[in-house]
Order: sequence, then structure tokens, then C-alpha cells
Amino acid sequence: MSTNNLDQLYRSVIMDHYKNPRNKGSIEDGALTIDMNNPTCGDRIHLTLQVEDGVIQNAKFDGEGCSISMASASMMTQAVKGKKVEEALQLSTVFSEMMLGKEHDDSIDLEDIEALNGVSKFPARIKCATLAWKAMEKGVSEE
Amino acid sequence: MLSKEIRSHFPILHQEINGHPLVYLDSGATSQKPTQVIEAIKNYYELENSNVHRGVHTLGNRATDSYEGAREKVRKFINATSTKEVIFTRGTTTSLNTVARSYGLANVKEGDEIVITYMEHHSNIIPWQQLAKETGATLKYIDLEADGTISLDSVRSTITDKTKIVSVVYVSNVLGTMNPIKEITQIAHEHGAIMVVDGAQASPHIKLDVQALDCDFLAFSGHKMCGPTGIGVLYGKQALLEKMEPIEFGGEMIDFVGLYESTWKELPWKFEGGTPIIAGAIGLGAAIDFLEEIGLDEIEKHEHELAAYAMDKMSAIDGLTIYGPTDPSKRAGIITFNLNDVHPHDLATVLDMNGIAVRAGHHCAQPLMKWLQVSATARASFYLYNTKEDIDSLIAGLRTAKEYFNDVY
Repeated sequence: MSTNNLDQLYRSVIMDHYKNPRNKGSIEDGALTIDMNNPTCGDRIHLTLQVEDGVIQNAKFDGEGCSISMASASMMTQAVKGKKVEEALQLSTVFSEMMLGKEHDDSIDLEDIEALNGVSKFPARIKCATLAWKAMEKGVSEE
Repeated sequence: MLSKEIRSHFPILHQEINGHPLVYLDSGATSQKPTQVIEAIKNYYELENSNVHRGVHTLGNRATDSYEGAREKVRKFINATSTKEVIFTRGTTTSLNTVARSYGLANVKEGDEIVITYMEHHSNIIPWQQLAKETGATLKYIDLEADGTISLDSVRSTITDKTKIVSVVYVSNVLGTMNPIKEITQIAHEHGAIMVVDGAQASPHIKLDVQALDCDFLAFSGHKMCGPTGIGVLYGKQALLEKMEPIEFGGEMIDFVGLYESTWKELPWKFEGGTPIIAGAIGLGAAIDFLEEIGLDEIEKHEHELAAYAMDKMSAIDGLTIYGPTDPSKRAGIITFNLNDVHPHDLATVLDMNGIAVRAGHHCAQPLMKWLQVSATARASFYLYNTKEDIDSLIAGLRTAKEYFNDVY
């Protein structure tokens, strides 16, 4: 049995975010609340965003799912916190292009998110990685 | 055990996936297809393709003969008394919806009860939820025992004289439990309710006999029993079907069409509006021939042996939980499990990298997942082409996954 190809997917940064999720929890007052799930597999995210003057001041998530979905949620909240809504949406576009294996704008520093690059080679897992980003997009578009 | 020679009938099994020989353990989702089924469909399109029941030209007659011949094969396969009781549908989901929309809307009213169980597939839950909402009836669930079986005491305490429909899965797609359908049917009938059976996971694996079960309706799909996708069956007792209205109207199902009124064809065609799934039915007929050549009893025995072998080996893995009956003789070749806290998706990816196909997720049974208090599980399901070596590969894969995620979970 081999585990060689698995290391492309389960990079240590991802597993670190899974084991030690950033921004886990829920923002109580006056926050945007988005609940999303992946009906084919049961992954579930509860995202709360605090948006003021077009800037995402705070972002927290709760939920359950596989390592990829939960690590991606942790990374997403980390990445969008303090960003303008349009910057966050731009980042989301770059992320979804990366998931589809397309050329993406490399002028933006993706930091930890770059580690999810390998997911594009595992088509069955792309939806796991994009769940949190879809929730964020839905949240700010309602705002 | 069945001979390994059976594998030579399934071309798809002889390939590598991610550099490893394919080990297909997802037959509960859909089975693979033997050459003779693929050939029957090809043969139909190459030599007989034509629309049915318009017997003017020779090809039309050939297609009709093959299509109706497949119906007769299904009749024999489930031991129905007449082909009038065998309706071709798109699959189990369509069959169950047909019962709910046709029989259900005409016979269920406010204050009545519909009874199902906690182990149903979504396709045997939602049609009844909708029916209950529209009619004001109450939907009730038969509780499960701790080992994922149904006790007849629970059945008796749930079904009442208000119950009009009882609908139960024959073999659970998650727990592998084989339910006492004959006994439940008897209880339903004592209260004047009709009995509907979801046979999707039963028809591939055990000999069906609608007369012995005495059920009123039975639904199943072709694709889980070596047949193609897109074809399924609704069996119904003739006396009930005669009184029911079609739910799809149009070509093929009519007798006389006037400007404001029309009449329907006789059974079973009044329920088969539109050009039917001709090639699918013929493929299903070929699948039935294939299964009967091997023998359903032999297939069932083979799967029990595989399940017993797998449960024995899997139980030896520390941290592995198997859901459902612990006695392999009480279950079909379906084993749903979790390994420590490793998420089933992550587990399935590790197995897939080693050529092993299993299912991961909620298996279209969210109420059952809730009952099990898990959000997702992994499932290995076996069929006639699986071997003990396949299970050895699974065990090796599970050990690899456990080691790989050891410091993570």
C-alpha cells in the first residue's frame, strides 16, 4: 500500500490548520451568519462574518467535515480577516481558479492557502475545499 | 464461495486505478455490468432498435417482443402472478414516488398514518413526507434496536388502525440489516394498511418472492443487480393497480384520446407513459438471466461468507467501529464503519490512491446517520465478483490509512 501521492494532498500546513483551527467559534452580535452544507457528503459549515464599512473585521467558523474542508475553512477565515470585501471576493476567485487547475493571478500572495494547490489533482475533494469560500461569498453578497 | 471465474465476465474489473489493480467495493451504490448485459444492449441497438407497441413493421415487432420478454423475466424473477403486475420505471425512486402520488393521494387523508423506519434511504422517506404534508396525515417512524435491527414489538406498537401505508426497506443500504418483511406485512395487513417494500438493496442479493412476502408493492432498480442505470421496476398487486390512476400522461399509455376526455390502456402499460426505456429493460432481462444462471441462493451465500470474513478481519483493527448487526448471517454484504476519528472522506481518498473504491458520506440516509450519532461513515459493499483477496486489500488499505493519519487524528 502506498502513501506517496497523498502527500500532495495532505500537506503539513493543511494538517496543522485541521488540528489547530484558527478562528474557530461564532461571533455573537450583529454578525452575518451563513450555514452551508455539502449535501453529497454531509460536510457542514456555520460561518459568521462581521463586516463594517466594506471591511471584514472578523470571521469565525464552526462545523464538521473532513480535514480538507475544515482546514480550508480555517485558512479562509485567516485570509479574509481585515480585508475589504472586494479583496476577499478577488481572493475567492483566485482560489476557485486554483482548484480548477487553471492559471491564476500569482501577484496575490496566498500564504497558507497555497498549500491547498494539490487538491486540484483530487477532483472528488474540490468541493470539500471550496465549501467555506462559497459560504463567505454568499455572506458578503447578502451584505 | 463462488468461483473467481465470474470476474472474467466483468471487463471493468480488469484495470488499474492510480497504479493499483481495481478493488471495487461500492456495489451498494451501483454494481458493475457483465459482458452479456453490455452485449444485450448493443445487440438491441444494432439489430432491433425501434419503438415498441406500434406493430406495423418487423423491427417494431422485434423490439416489442424483446421488451415484453424482459417483463416476463422480471415477473418470474420476483414470482409475480402476472406481467400486468410488473411496471417498468426509471428506478426505485420513481417506483416509490408512483405509489405515493397515485395510491397515496387517493387513499390517505387527514388523521391517517404512514409508517416507515429510521433506516430508510431518502427515496423511501421524502415521498411519504410530501404525502403526509399534502394530506394532513402523520408520518411515524419505527424505532431501531441498538444493533440496528427492527423488533416486531416496535412494529406492533407503531402500526395502528389509523395506519394506511407501511413502507420498509428490505435490506438497509447502510446497516446491511435484512428486515422481517413477511412478518411486518402481516402486521400491516391486520390493521388494514398496505405494505410497500423498498427492494433496491435486496433484488441484487436475495431471492425475491412477492407472493410469499404478500407485500402490496415492491420497488427496485436494475443498476444495482448487474443491469443498466435508468431502468427499475414497480411491482404491485393487480387489484390495487387496477384502481390506481396513472401519474404520467401522454403517449403510449392511452387507449382513446378525445378532445376533453381520454381513457387509459390496460395494465401494466397505463403506468408507462412515453416511449419506454426499451434498451434498459432488455439489459435488465439479460442481468436477470446472468444472476439466475449463477443462482441467487449461491450469491447470497457468497456475500454472507465475504461479510463474515471482512467483519472478522476488520474487528481486529484497533479503533474500527462497525455499525449494524454483529451477526453476519443477519446482514447482507454491506459493511459501514468508521476508523477512529479519521474522517470517512480522508479514509476513502487513501483507499482510492490504492485502487480501492468505497463509499464515504451519509449514504442518502441522513435520519439514520443522526440515529447513529455520526455525520458520515465509510461503507464497503460486496457483490458476486468480490473475493477474499479484495477484502485483504481493504484491510491493508485501512491499516495504511490508520498509520498515515496517526499523528493527525
